[in-house]
Amino acid sequence: MTGYLIRGAAVLGGDPTDLLLRDGVVAEVGTGLDAAGAEVVDAAGLVALPGLVDLHTHLREPGREDAETVETGTRAAALGGFTAVHAMANTEPVADTAGVVEQVWRLGREAGYCDVYPVGAVTVGLAGERLAELGAMADSAARVRVFSDDGCCVSDAVLMRRALEYVKAFDGVVAQHAQEPRLTEGAQMNEGELSGRLGLTGWPAVAEEAIIARDCLLAAHVGSRLHVCHVSTAGSVEIVRDAKRKGWNVTAEACPHHLLLTDDLAATYDPIYKVNPPLRSGVDVEALRAGLADGTIDVVATDHAPHPHEDKDCEWAAAAFGMLGLETALSIVQETMVDPGLLDWAGVAERMSYAPARIGRVADHGRPIEVGNPANVLLYDPAVRRVVEPSESASLSRNTPYRGMELPGRVVATFLRGHATVLDGKLQ
Amino acid sequence: MKRHLLSAADLGRDDAELVLQTAAELRELADRPIKKLPALRGRTVVNLFFEDSTRTRISFEAAAKRLSADVINFAAKGSSLSKGESLKDTALTLEAMGADAVVVRHGASGAPHRLAHSGWVRSSVVNAGDGTHEHPTQALLDAFTLYRHLGSTDGGRLRPGSLEGRRIAVVGDVLHSRVARSNALLLRTLGAEVTLVAPPTLLPVGVGTWPVETSYDLDAVLPKADAVMMLRVQRERMTGGFFPTPREYSRRYGLDGRRMATLQDHTIVMHPGPMVRGMEITADVADSDRSVIVEQVTNGVAVRMAVLYLLLGGSEPAVGGEE
Amino acid sequence: MCAQPAPAGPDTGRVVLDARDIARALTRISHEILERNKGASDLVLLGIPSRGVPLAERIAERIASVEGNAVPVGSLDVTMYRDDLRLKPARALMRTDIPADGIDDKVVVLVDDVLFSGRTIRAALDALNDLGRPAAVRLAVLVDRGHRELPIRADFVGKNLPTSLVEQVRVTLDGVDDSDAVTIQGAATP
Repeated sequence: MTGYLIRGAAVLGGDPTDLLLRDGVVAEVGTGLDAAGAEVVDAAGLVALPGLVDLHTHLREPGREDAETVETGTRAAALGGFTAVHAMANTEPVADTAGVVEQVWRLGREAGYCDVYPVGAVTVGLAGERLAELGAMADSAARVRVFSDDGCCVSDAVLMRRALEYVKAFDGVVAQHAQEPRLTEGAQMNEGELSGRLGLTGWPAVAEEAIIARDCLLAAHVGSRLHVCHVSTAGSVEIVRDAKRKGWNVTAEACPHHLLLTDDLAATYDPIYKVNPPLRSGVDVEALRAGLADGTIDVVATDHAPHPHEDKDCEWAAAAFGMLGLETALSIVQETMVDPGLLDWAGVAERMSYAPARIGRVADHGRPIEVGNPANVLLYDPAVRRVVEPSESASLSRNTPYRGMELPGRVVATFLRGHATVLDGKLQ
Repeated sequence: MKRHLLSAADLGRDDAELVLQTAAELRELADRPIKKLPALRGRTVVNLFFEDSTRTRISFEAAAKRLSADVINFAAKGSSLSKGESLKDTALTLEAMGADAVVVRHGASGAPHRLAHSGWVRSSVVNAGDGTHEHPTQALLDAFTLYRHLGSTDGGRLRPGSLEGRRIAVVGDVLHSRVARSNALLLRTLGAEVTLVAPPTLLPVGVGTWPVETSYDLDAVLPKADAVMMLRVQRERMTGGFFPTPREYSRRYGLDGRRMATLQDHTIVMHPGPMVRGMEITADVADSDRSVIVEQVTNGVAVRMAVLYLLLGGSEPAVGGEE
Repeated sequence: MCAQPAPAGPDTGRVVLDARDIARALTRISHEILERNKGASDLVLLGIPSRGVPLAERIAERIASVEGNAVPVGSLDVTMYRDDLRLKPARALMRTDIPADGIDDKVVVLVDDVLFSGRTIRAALDALNDLGRPAAVRLAVLVDRGHRELPIRADFVGKNLPTSLVEQVRVTLDGVDDSDAVTIQGAATP
């Protein structure tokens, strides 16, 4: 058997087309293809998309292998239709040296379920005090291009300026976790009427927006690339929109949970809904969807953040921030963007594959399904509905906020360089 | 009443008045030779205190003992090292001991809610103060005290609805006050008009949506008030930058003799304790005839007895507004 | 207390005592109490809420009209002393109002509307025990319907009313209800 012949897939939602994946690339595209020896995959009714690329994943290894490992995280990624993920730097030890990023990169290669691109820390130990060896990480085998202190904000304006300037030398990008630290001391949930009533310390929108505005100005000033992680407020969308209008080199991402869930879930005091930045209001959700639709927000990134049970099975204030996202991301984008008509499948390919690959400077991913391109493809059935069952997750953790929710769509197959990592909805 | 008392919002008007009426009956117990009733014989009430609060714990302990319940005091303070795990593990321990009710004080807002809804315990949960969220039994005892002074009584019983239209000023650190939150909810439920008085830095975001008035001007509010409830200003707030200096706070929001003179004759002064004399209230006000601060403590035992009785006294909690 | 439920449904029941019967019974009970006590000295009447209280007040009025001086009347709620507390949802408390001079060394007459199993009176005796030490405790009831489950009997009875267990005895009193009457409902025979 050599390769896969995919029959009748709707490429980007278009007319049924046959795809021959062979020797790691898309070998043929057309109708009525015939390929001796290839395994035939019936894709009638399925949408074919380029393999998804996540700019924002926490794989937890090294250090928190009780929450996730590179292997389990990439399995979850493959099930979600991803062929590449960017692994955030807040591991233990922090990915702030060439050694650590190479280790993560190697673990990803060994796991084989999807490509792992380590994100390098901006500052040593994420401490926000001095720059990590960004150049060494860029030059390492991992070829790091995305740098982020995610989980912590590079709040020092001078340090942020220097980082933005420095990464220009190797075409890197600083992905900022925008959170003004003094305005969010002890913050637990979105600041609003509900936080006041629940007695949970508020995380005001302005704490995010103030940093984004400052960083946009800095990026423009030094002529560098800025990427804004997990934009969560209507005001942030407006600031990014304004920066783009001015022609500044700013990109932004939104997370699936911020496109679907709202802060009123905090009234349950169930920390499964505790995430940073927090779930916001319905107005913010609408603004994020509109921003994603009009391209203000370039990317959907999962911020997949696994946590062991005990870090969520406790009182709200003691619980960890974060929720799982890889396996549900595409369904939530369908639910919030495609089904309401805000985005077509070509738009999904742009936001979840092409754009993140461009921003991360990943050459082999985020390429159109065309002859000669790497065979990173996923097949998706948008017609089915499924109820999220945490125990079915490939992640080591179970902290999905979608437990029991019915979501549309299901990833049927994922191909990484022509090899099926998922087939028939099951890991291969 | 529901199975738990987590928030003053759990109490509809009928429920709240049932608790207060029951407390009115039970308060007379304090004057009897044998201050004990058999209603909770064989029941176990656990006081689970993750924060120091001797006053509240003693009040609940006296309430439970006067109803003949077995009382276990569990001071879990200091176990913050193990983060939240201790709440769950402690809860499982209590469950194994067969607690019928857990009275919980915790520094984290929502911890009692978690305890009640996480499936860790089957017992009734009574919130004895959680973080900066709520302290419903304090609000009940405040309401009870208000009824006794402002609400007319009818043959020893509280007359329902007698707080209707009464003006209650709640003054001080509303932002961090669980007492203020519970009182705002409960007093509104009982028909009173609540005005929260604080510097803008100590009012919560979104207070405009609460069913209360707000004011930054204590002097404008005092002459109209039927009761003035002073909130404690915690020491850590004094250095938190919420106001410039303790002296300026006292000058603008403290209740002193001069301000007390502007009150109506019948107006009472309340404080949930412990007081910071000279900060939010001066000694001459705290010790004046208007002050009902000591009585609040006595009323606290009766109100907590009522809550424990109505939650545990029967096969199921006394049913209020809902089935 | 034991026989209260029965909202006035279509079956309003058979009237066994009307207002005049009740008045006569209470007058007789009042006289019997005075006779037994050799006057009104040291008497305290404690009604068991809800309907024992107005009955106690009526008896006190009659005693006062005979003896010329008022008899202390109070009420004694026994809810928390009931042995079936755990069998039903938590109940609202009723008024306990002990006359100012207390019950120590007094002759306490407990007054209730219907004597049935005797469990209410058992609870009342326990409640009295926590309130003081009377010289004697006596029991007056408007109706004794039998079916005792405890060794308790009434000293003064308005009417003995043989009933079957399926029947319900309902006492209504002017002031609490709209008129004075004792009815039997739910009889097995038509």
